[in-house]
Amino acid sequence: MNYIFYFLIVVSIIAGAANGKLPDVVNAILTGAELSVKVAFSLIGIMAFWLGMMKIAKKSGLIGVIAKIIKPVTKKLFNEIPEDSPAIGDIAMSFSANAFGLTNAATPIGIKAMEELQKQNIDKKSASNAMCMFLAMNTAGFQLVPATVIAILIGVGYENPTEIIAPTLLVTTIAFLSAIFMSKLLQKFWAPQQSPLAMGEGRISAGGTGVRNSGEDFGGEN
Amino acid sequence: MFHQLMNLISLWALPGIIILILTIGLVRKIPLYEVFTDGAKEGFKVAVNIIPYLVAIIVGISMFRASGIIESIGVVCAPLLEHFKVSADVLPIMIVRSLSGSAALGVFSDIANNSGADAYTTKLAAVMVGSSETTFYVLAVYFGAIGISKLRYALIVGLLADFVGIIAAIAVVKWMFG
Repeated sequence: MNYIFYFLIVVSIIAGAANGKLPDVVNAILTGAELSVKVAFSLIGIMAFWLGMMKIAKKSGLIGVIAKIIKPVTKKLFNEIPEDSPAIGDIAMSFSANAFGLTNAATPIGIKAMEELQKQNIDKKSASNAMCMFLAMNTAGFQLVPATVIAILIGVGYENPTEIIAPTLLVTTIAFLSAIFMSKLLQKFWAPQQSPLAMGEGRISAGGTGVRNSGEDFGGEN
Repeated sequence: MFHQLMNLISLWALPGIIILILTIGLVRKIPLYEVFTDGAKEGFKVAVNIIPYLVAIIVGISMFRASGIIESIGVVCAPLLEHFKVSADVLPIMIVRSLSGSAALGVFSDIANNSGADAYTTKLAAVMVGSSETTFYVLAVYFGAIGISKLRYALIVGLLADFVGIIAAIAVVKWMFG
């Protein structure tokens, strides 16, 4: 994350200066900061709502049933997570919410799933294989009906807006499957996580952060 | 028929899930109201916790977009795209869709308005926007909420999947509408 943060900001300032857009770039700091707080605050209500709903669904056993149905798939994708972990149910719900285009519900449920995955994580600062897999599934944006895009198409007078559903679904499926495949592939080549306790205190602070450092070969443990 | 079915699904997905959750809860004799409010309490905590991570990533992306660098990349890549008979108008979408969902929708609206509703470019842009999720936002929110700072290969996979999605969109739209 260190490199991404540095890259985004420093490259923007340099490119902005080169393009004569430095004032815009500096203004973007303010608007971006404001926007982040707006996004977070706009999430509070809807997040509370869906976390409440999810708790009911969990207590009533609904999530357990859904988790059981998709077990054959999740067992393969998240082989490091115990089969009875609540994370599996949350992952299933988050995926369903995304598929139906319920973005508002998908975010809180997805965060809940990440929290459950964090409980199984041996190094709380770095992303476990299961987290990378779950994130990959999310970033591929699998969705059955792209409702917002269709709404815009209708707005500009597109004759048959539903004709883009099939190609979009095909493309999103390809991206989704390739994300899963690449996640599994990189998991094999990337150095496995190691518990910070095993590395010793000094190693944690010296171990640095960011993608590159976490790729250091600590060897051994899986 | 298909159109109507799709509309029906979009309309009823959300209310349907809510009815299902509440009804099963009631049948199983769950104290609905108490359990709901208990779960909802976490909403505030989570939303406030992600603010620092959102500020870092959204400020970075806002600066990146304001710097004009996306347009510069467009100028460089335009000849390459022309080779594949892809209009340079779609290029901002390819770059922006991993960074900001609202920006991608904005660019898409512009294209739909300017290129004409049924133009090939509009179709391509529609498929590209519709098949993507904002990788950087998802990364910041999900990992921010649980305090992950070492991404390992998560971002690489996300961006590679975005890239595959772009190529697939070009190929599929060409095949179906070309």
